[in-house]
Amino acid sequence: MTIAAALETVLAALILAIAIWTIAARETFAAVAGFVVYGLLLALVWVRLEAVDVALTEAAIGGGLSGVLLLGAAARLRATETRAVMERPDKILRLGAAILSATVAAGLAAGVLLLTDPAPTLASAAATNAAATGLGNPVTNVLMAFRATDTLLEKVVLLLALVGVWSLASDRLWGGFPGPRHQADPLGALAFLARLLPPVGIVVGIYILWAGANHPGGAFQAGAILAAMWLLVMMAGLTDVPPVSSRRLRLVLIAGPGVFLVVGLGGLCFGTAFLAYPVASAKPLILGIEAAMTLTIAVTLGLLVAGAPERRDGQ
Amino acid sequence: MKFMLDIVTVTAISAGAFFFLAGTVGLLRFPDTLTRLHALTKADNLGLGLVVLGLLPQAGSLRGGFKLICVWLLVLLAGATVSQLIARAALANEANGQRGRPRTRARQDGSPT
Repeated sequence: MTIAAALETVLAALILAIAIWTIAARETFAAVAGFVVYGLLLALVWVRLEAVDVALTEAAIGGGLSGVLLLGAAARLRATETRAVMERPDKILRLGAAILSATVAAGLAAGVLLLTDPAPTLASAAATNAAATGLGNPVTNVLMAFRATDTLLEKVVLLLALVGVWSLASDRLWGGFPGPRHQADPLGALAFLARLLPPVGIVVGIYILWAGANHPGGAFQAGAILAAMWLLVMMAGLTDVPPVSSRRLRLVLIAGPGVFLVVGLGGLCFGTAFLAYPVASAKPLILGIEAAMTLTIAVTLGLLVAGAPERRDGQ
Repeated sequence: MKFMLDIVTVTAISAGAFFFLAGTVGLLRFPDTLTRLHALTKADNLGLGLVVLGLLPQAGSLRGGFKLICVWLLVLLAGATVSQLIARAALANEANGQRGRPRTRARQDGSPT
């Protein structure tokens, strides 16, 4: 066994162990910590599989933002935690859950085991047509050109998720400010970091967006980094999140899917199909869509973490 | 020359791995939050620093090496901040739990918040 194979085996065993531990953990907070570690280890697996784009997304979303979201949920559940641990569902419910879980696991296992070898792939088709867009990163090609409709719908789903979070607000607070106003020592370590890091993070985010044309990276990863910077500044209490009734905020939220749709309809009117880019300007069009999308993703992810409107005024 | 650089790499990364191991042992064995943080941050910073130092000769380009150093600096910054925050939260918890007082020790400089 080579060193690389040994490393992969250890990594796979570690991920399995963490996954089981995360499911078995009784305490919500511990399970969330396990989930974050699981996401980071999974990112390492994607690197080993040479899927760096996926690794970046997994680290940013699976390890980072989902972790923050779940930590927020765990904090809200803390009041009822002891009661929930004491509670045991009755036998029928537990049996039903066990059967359902076992069926899903068996279905997944069958799906993986019954895959034809070699698995059906469009990778070679994507590689031969890469020149059509002028982009060097095959993942960006697939996401933004060959399967652009999927990506467009994904972004709409992200917006729908945000609408779902916002709809948890009570009628009285609708249009107010999301989440609590964060307070932190203005001279403390967090405020210091929130002043020092965002300039670096913004540059890195823009770099990842720009590099995404030819190297691993792209709108989602860049958006996640920008969202993290925004959240850091908000959590340090240096700025407040805008109210959900803000028109500027809502314009940014629809900017990404909006630009995407306009370009898509342009393809329908002047080209051959919905989202068909003219070959000469495919790259600038895609980068333009990605730039708008990065802003939308950053703001959407930040607002997802900020939560439902909870305050009428800025206090 | 190549051989010498490889020796530097192996030595530095082994030393870095040792510090990671020592930090992990400290994290598991030390009795309370503050001492555990001490073990973790010292070992993390020094361990990662040595690993980055060991990787520098293998970076291939000046830009690659610069990126590695940036990663180390960012981890230093994040690690130092997070350990400050955890330490303050631990102190606040202690003050809360032992004397039943509201959280006052988290803001020792008395600044208005």
